[in-house]
Amino acid sequence: MSVQTWTFILVGISFAIYIGIAIWSRAGSTKEFYVAGGGVPPILNGMATAADWMSAASFISMAGIISFAGYDGSVYLMGWTGGYVLLALLLAPYLRKFGKFTVPDFIGTRYYSQTARIVAVICALFVSFTYISGQMRGVGIVFARFLEVPINTGVLIGMSIVFIYAVLGGMKGITYTQVAQYCVLIFAFMVPAIFISFQMTGNPVPQFGFGEVLDKLDGLSEELGFAAYTSGSKPLIDIFCITAALMIGTAGLPHVIVRFFTVPKVRDARSSAGWALLFIAILYTTAPAIGVFVRTNLLETVPNMPYSEAPKWFKKWETADLIHFEDKNGDGRIQYYNDKNKSEAFAATVAANNLKGNELDIDKDIMVLANPEIAGLPNWVIALVAAGGLAAALSTAAGLLLVISSSISHDLLKNAIKPDISEKSELLAARIAAAVAVGLAGLIGIYPPDFVAAIVAFAFGLAASSFFPAIILGIFDKRTNSAGAISGMVVGLAFTAIYIIGFKFMDWDPKYYLFNISPEGIGTIGMLLNMAVTVAVSRMTPAPPERIQHLVEDIRIPKGAGAALEK
Amino acid sequence: MSNKNLRNYWKENLRYLAILLSIWFLVSYGFGILLHDALDNIRIGGFKLGFWFAQNGSIYVFVILIFVYVRLMNRLDEKYGVHEGK
Repeated sequence: MSVQTWTFILVGISFAIYIGIAIWSRAGSTKEFYVAGGGVPPILNGMATAADWMSAASFISMAGIISFAGYDGSVYLMGWTGGYVLLALLLAPYLRKFGKFTVPDFIGTRYYSQTARIVAVICALFVSFTYISGQMRGVGIVFARFLEVPINTGVLIGMSIVFIYAVLGGMKGITYTQVAQYCVLIFAFMVPAIFISFQMTGNPVPQFGFGEVLDKLDGLSEELGFAAYTSGSKPLIDIFCITAALMIGTAGLPHVIVRFFTVPKVRDARSSAGWALLFIAILYTTAPAIGVFVRTNLLETVPNMPYSEAPKWFKKWETADLIHFEDKNGDGRIQYYNDKNKSEAFAATVAANNLKGNELDIDKDIMVLANPEIAGLPNWVIALVAAGGLAAALSTAAGLLLVISSSISHDLLKNAIKPDISEKSELLAARIAAAVAVGLAGLIGIYPPDFVAAIVAFAFGLAASSFFPAIILGIFDKRTNSAGAISGMVVGLAFTAIYIIGFKFMDWDPKYYLFNISPEGIGTIGMLLNMAVTVAVSRMTPAPPERIQHLVEDIRIPKGAGAALEK
Repeated sequence: MSNKNLRNYWKENLRYLAILLSIWFLVSYGFGILLHDALDNIRIGGFKLGFWFAQNGSIYVFVILIFVYVRLMNRLDEKYGVHEGK
């Protein structure tokens, strides 16, 4: 059977499962809609969190980015996993004890301030919309490539699926669908990885196998003028700050935090963070192996290959405009090398081979999708990767939609505008908000602003420099008051936003980077500023009211968490 | 529960956090980043050690840290009688 037939079958089956689950797990109350009734078992919540967290970027792009960045790619691996340690140890159990529905809920109550709540809602909305636009685009790309429908049709199909289970089922529907999506995506990621690892190293476990290829890859990279794969080219402080910004950002992302409101007890919140990271780690420890295999395959076959003999996958992705070749020196061969390498030794190689510049551009995003084809794996494996990519994108999109709809119906409507709204109307409002958000997300997917990639740095930087310090200090420092928290959030946000906008969108000269830190890592400094300002201002202004200090004492102990949700 | 009891519970909790987060920092920012070049001189199963910590090792340690924390805290909750009903 052809790849396309296989793709229709596998994607069709997986979509039928998602819709079936949605119908079975309809939400009947706001509590079910926002936090799945608070009754999700920790292992299942861990799986759902993992699917929620691993987006189209993790599944489709990350291994590709690492394969081009080598050691520098470690920032994503450590950054997007290490945050879970912070979540489990510093946030999840306390927020679960607090027991409301959303992050702005916590900020608004702990800092007894409507202003703080609104600032938090705006941050939550901004972060979630930024993130979701990338997901819808990912859905479109997978559809376009594997089912050969126009990208826009793909986005529309993806939208209708998410619409059905997010609007019907709320958090309850989303959670159980995500469990299924996790299984699909991890299977789809691991099967080709195991195949390729076995092909290249004889070891079926990619995590162990890729060590054997590293020396060869270092050699191949240096021959072509690139830095050795295992040593980085970014400044140490930048690697440090980017990793920290991603970790802290992860721990501050509202759609991740809200997952810990869905388990029955405080001890479940702790352990489900552990399960989540375990399930995430399976993919995240495999991704660097795939990066190494793909890169080695590429460097062994493509450089100096006659264009007329280029393999089938090469031509196929070329027609999709994701591989670009231009024969600059007219020798009919594909000359792939690092033309930015100006060292003398390498200049000699360039002259000897009459090279006129790098002739090949490869879109990093295609590496995981093309990987099974490059390795010549059977058609069903290629189709499986398509189904996995869709599962990853849809599960993340749904989780984000829920944050958007609850921010609007719960934080804005119920808690700020119309506190006497009935349970039934609030649920209806949540559904309408989810529906509108699906529509908007789809529009962004169809007409993507060209700065989607750059804006991801924004989402993490903002989460790190706004939410994280406010929540941590809210739990660990009783003395932090509303004046401190608000001024901290404003300073952290403003500093981070100006730095990112300046260097990313207004073309400021990178030579003015503060201590060599790129915009991706500046959230770390923003977070430190926020903390410093919060602590200083809190100490200069009156302590928070007695009842708030009691609240803080209360969330520090697990006892009574079941009741907290009923209040 | 008395205030003194509560303070002790919180103090022990903070001590656990300090130890676990030090390990968290050491394996990622320490071994994986700051000491990456030095550790690369040591090799295990084809891997340079610093590179391995940055791309694989630190992640394994993160998972272990969380489960250790879960165990420690469950015991601490029982010891101070602040655990939730079964």
